[in-house]
Amino acid sequence: MSTWGKLKKDRRTAWVTFTLLALLLAALPFLVGASLGNAWVRIIDFALLYIMLALGLNIVVGYAGLLDLGYVAFYAVGAYVYALLASPHFGLHLPFWTLLPLGALVAALFGVLLGAPTLRLRGDYLAIVTLGFGEIIRIFLNNLNAPVNITNGPQGVNLIDPFSVAGHPLSQTMQVAGLEMTGAAAYYYLFLLLTLGIIFVSMRLQDSRIGRAWVAIREDEVAAEAMGINTRNVKLLAFAMGASFGGVSGGLFAGFQGFVSPESFTLMESIMILCMIVLGGMGNIPGVILGAVLLTVLPEALRYVGVLQEALFGRVIVNPADLRMLLFGLALILVMQFRPAGLLPSVQRRREFSAQDGEQSSLYDAQH
Amino acid sequence: MDIFLQQLINGLVLGSIYALVALGYTMVYGILELINFAHGEVAMIGAMVCLAVANTLLAQAGLPGAAVLGIGLLVAIGACVLLGFAIERVAYRPLRRAPRLAPLITAIGVSIVLQNIAMMIWGKQYIPFPALLTATPLHIGGATVTDVQIGIILLSALIMIALVLLVQKTKLGRAMRATAQSPEVAGLMGVDTNHVISLTFMIGSALAAIAGVMVSAYYGIAHYYMGFLLGLKAFSAAVLGGIGNIAGAMLGGLLLGVIESLGAGYIGPLTGGVLGSNYQDVFAFFVLILVLVFRPSGLLGERVVERA
Amino acid sequence: MNQNLIVKFTLLALAVSLAACGKKEGAESAASSNEIVVKIGTANPLTGTQAHLGKDNENGIRMAIDEANAKGISIGGKKAKFVLISEDDQADPRQATIVAQKMVDANVSGVIGHMNSGTTIPASRIYHDAGIVQISPSATNVTYTAQGFNTAFRVMANDAQQGKALAEFATKNLNAKKIAILDDRTAYGQGQADQFEQVAKANGGEIVAREFTSDKATDFMAVLTTIKGKKPDLLFFGGMDTQSGPMMKQIKSIGLEAKFLTGDGSSTPKFIQLGGDAAEGAYSSLPGVPTEKMPGGKAFADKFTAKYGQIQLYAPYCYDAVNIMIAAMQKAGSAAPEKYLPELGKLEYDGVTSKIRFDEKGDIKAGFVTIYQVKGGKWQPLETLGGEAAK
Repeated sequence: MSTWGKLKKDRRTAWVTFTLLALLLAALPFLVGASLGNAWVRIIDFALLYIMLALGLNIVVGYAGLLDLGYVAFYAVGAYVYALLASPHFGLHLPFWTLLPLGALVAALFGVLLGAPTLRLRGDYLAIVTLGFGEIIRIFLNNLNAPVNITNGPQGVNLIDPFSVAGHPLSQTMQVAGLEMTGAAAYYYLFLLLTLGIIFVSMRLQDSRIGRAWVAIREDEVAAEAMGINTRNVKLLAFAMGASFGGVSGGLFAGFQGFVSPESFTLMESIMILCMIVLGGMGNIPGVILGAVLLTVLPEALRYVGVLQEALFGRVIVNPADLRMLLFGLALILVMQFRPAGLLPSVQRRREFSAQDGEQSSLYDAQH
Repeated sequence: MDIFLQQLINGLVLGSIYALVALGYTMVYGILELINFAHGEVAMIGAMVCLAVANTLLAQAGLPGAAVLGIGLLVAIGACVLLGFAIERVAYRPLRRAPRLAPLITAIGVSIVLQNIAMMIWGKQYIPFPALLTATPLHIGGATVTDVQIGIILLSALIMIALVLLVQKTKLGRAMRATAQSPEVAGLMGVDTNHVISLTFMIGSALAAIAGVMVSAYYGIAHYYMGFLLGLKAFSAAVLGGIGNIAGAMLGGLLLGVIESLGAGYIGPLTGGVLGSNYQDVFAFFVLILVLVFRPSGLLGERVVERA
Repeated sequence: MNQNLIVKFTLLALAVSLAACGKKEGAESAASSNEIVVKIGTANPLTGTQAHLGKDNENGIRMAIDEANAKGISIGGKKAKFVLISEDDQADPRQATIVAQKMVDANVSGVIGHMNSGTTIPASRIYHDAGIVQISPSATNVTYTAQGFNTAFRVMANDAQQGKALAEFATKNLNAKKIAILDDRTAYGQGQADQFEQVAKANGGEIVAREFTSDKATDFMAVLTTIKGKKPDLLFFGGMDTQSGPMMKQIKSIGLEAKFLTGDGSSTPKFIQLGGDAAEGAYSSLPGVPTEKMPGGKAFADKFTAKYGQIQLYAPYCYDAVNIMIAAMQKAGSAAPEKYLPELGKLEYDGVTSKIRFDEKGDIKAGFVTIYQVKGGKWQPLETLGGEAAK
């Protein structure tokens, strides 16, 4: 927050900064496409997708302090809502601007569905229930092809309609103002727009009455209740809000990929999203964004360790594919060793963290 | 009826394996309130070490299978105890005072690292575990059970009893319980909490080694990825029973095994063929959620009483 | 970070990206004029549970490319130098699309892959949009070639072809009346099991049990017990060797006495290694004709074994896929996908797995399927079924 505070004081520098940032964001797909290749534009698209997911989970875990290990379920719900209603599977082809809100709504409904029976649960018990919930959703998606074929089971749903704006499918290369824009770049702008929207909502929520109620629950549920906060509704709202972000990202994923199958929505995916927010700095929007970008880009960047080895030793000593995940795991451990509150912790959390002496501060468990 | 009995036996064997892994989870959780996600991977390393030792021994001399397994198991326990000690020392100890999710992420990191190291050493393939024990089938009322299966059930039960005795009757056990209640106060009372936590990790890892060896000897395979799912199931079992509670881990493990087994066998007939054995895990998780909704701290998890 | 730093950082980022842009233009100058560089891409899971099969695929491809380079093949009068670009798709659909985009960026002439149906299908759309030829050595899901992409080919019988052959073998040759089916709920296992079920039913077989497991399971006791209760003559399993191998031991230990039949995913040496004595007598199918019956098949097998060790599963199909792609390039006199694509569709090629010809969808015509049985700890070919009729 302090950075923004300073920026406000010096309006001119602020404008320069924002203009430059906006320019960079606008030009990014072209710069990256020309220098690193379109695969990297695609990776950036996924990074944006994960920013949205991470911000959604951040509401549940970061703001309200409810440890959710099954977040991917909402992502899956959003993806399947889009896939089923815009593909030859049922012969339905609804436009994306109706499907994205619908996906968000259905996901939010599932969020409440998960939240309602788990209101009494705390900490690790909540973690295992949400984990189970995520697995249940995945198993249903994987098996609802019989007796009535709803999801097409493990085969997944194929040939999903791409997003189209004014009759132009985004997946095709277009000519815009003399510039050639690939599908990945077009999706970049769509994703960027929605990501900015979600960032905005996240920021407003944080400073709102509800946001403060979430923090109160996170810090001490009993005290929060005593202060007159309706913990049940506020918690359910956290689940629903977080889930709706997941639903939107799911819809985007389905349209972007053109194919969804249950194997994209495994537990490991939930864990990855959780890693993003913890690594970046829970509860802090810039931190969460950083975490999401890092964890999407890092495994891709680590593909180059083979090239690097060749440059250093003249040959590939360790198979880069083998080394990739190992380095990734090490990175998780090291960041937590040196920045246990994340790379960019929120000011409040940082203060708590440095102030505490003996008492271990609790994130989600009011009992301690 | 014989089918039902057979399913029950299947479930008990599976459950004993879950229980053994769950015991390690629950011990660490009881003291540190840390979900040690890498616990399943420790079990995997145990299985791999035992496999390597067994294969070298078999290549060398004509030792009997049981002896080879025994030696392999001892080496595996040794390796895992060292590993557990190292993990706690290097990865978790510096994070004692950190926010609670930091150790969780570290645990995930450790788990990925261990998997990949194992993959580099032992390869990406499923490795057959040599048949060291020949199972003799016994017939009970139309169901078949082998002596190896009975051995697995008995061994888990024995280890659980030994653990309960350790925690309840020994000086170390008292120190563990004290540390679980409050590390600070325990420290003031002269308990070397670091030492106690180290020991807990080492005991937990030894249990993981036994479980890992048991799993691969029983199913005849080992694989660098085997720890993940095993750990996950064991974690669910520990929570079902009430995490932090030793008897709870045992009960949770056995229950989960039986639920899975009966679920796979009877969901089809129960739902008139609408749902089948593909919903086996849904059934297991559903029971878990149901139990937790009505007993939010698990079946035996009375949070205040002994948790070590 | 204060505002100055943000400004500086942004400027720096802009400068770096622009500089990188400039560099790219120079890098295009290729090899000398009488030599052309042909890039062939492949994507397989090189990490994860199927990494051993992914590596096997890569080896098969590498061997074909090394041989082509050693032979000094010329395309359109120029000496061709083949370069392999291999990427790890982790058997993950999302990774697969990124990797596919990488292949497109690298300007490959063709792609051999991906290994799994779940990755091949989403990737195929990207290759199709970029006009790059894709030959999958091992994705058997029917959907892949049914999308109407002219760039999608496969050198292996699809699930419909294979499932049909398996069901005919079960009902006619093995005379199975009561059949139990088990699958691993993956796109591959479920697809094959469904095809099998359909044909087996049509041939008068009674499906007494349809049970399920997962591709990560190690314990099958519960479902096997249920199956045992239904007393089938034959158990069909749709899934991979990593499940079916250990499954054999459990089948033996609960005393389930039914014939065991499974598809190509279990037709591996690993299956026998994992199943031990209990694997004896099991049947499996593998698309194509036994390699020793094909011209050059034995030589391939010997050379591969000497270089990379035992063939796991799809290496021969990968080898064929590369060779048929190169043959089409030679015929067209060009390595440009749009030039050799029409030739590929027309080509008739004697591979080490079968005589390969593509139909209008890109599926292999004359989908021969060979049934094998474990005898004396080895897969022995039993008989070859199918042909033109198996469609």
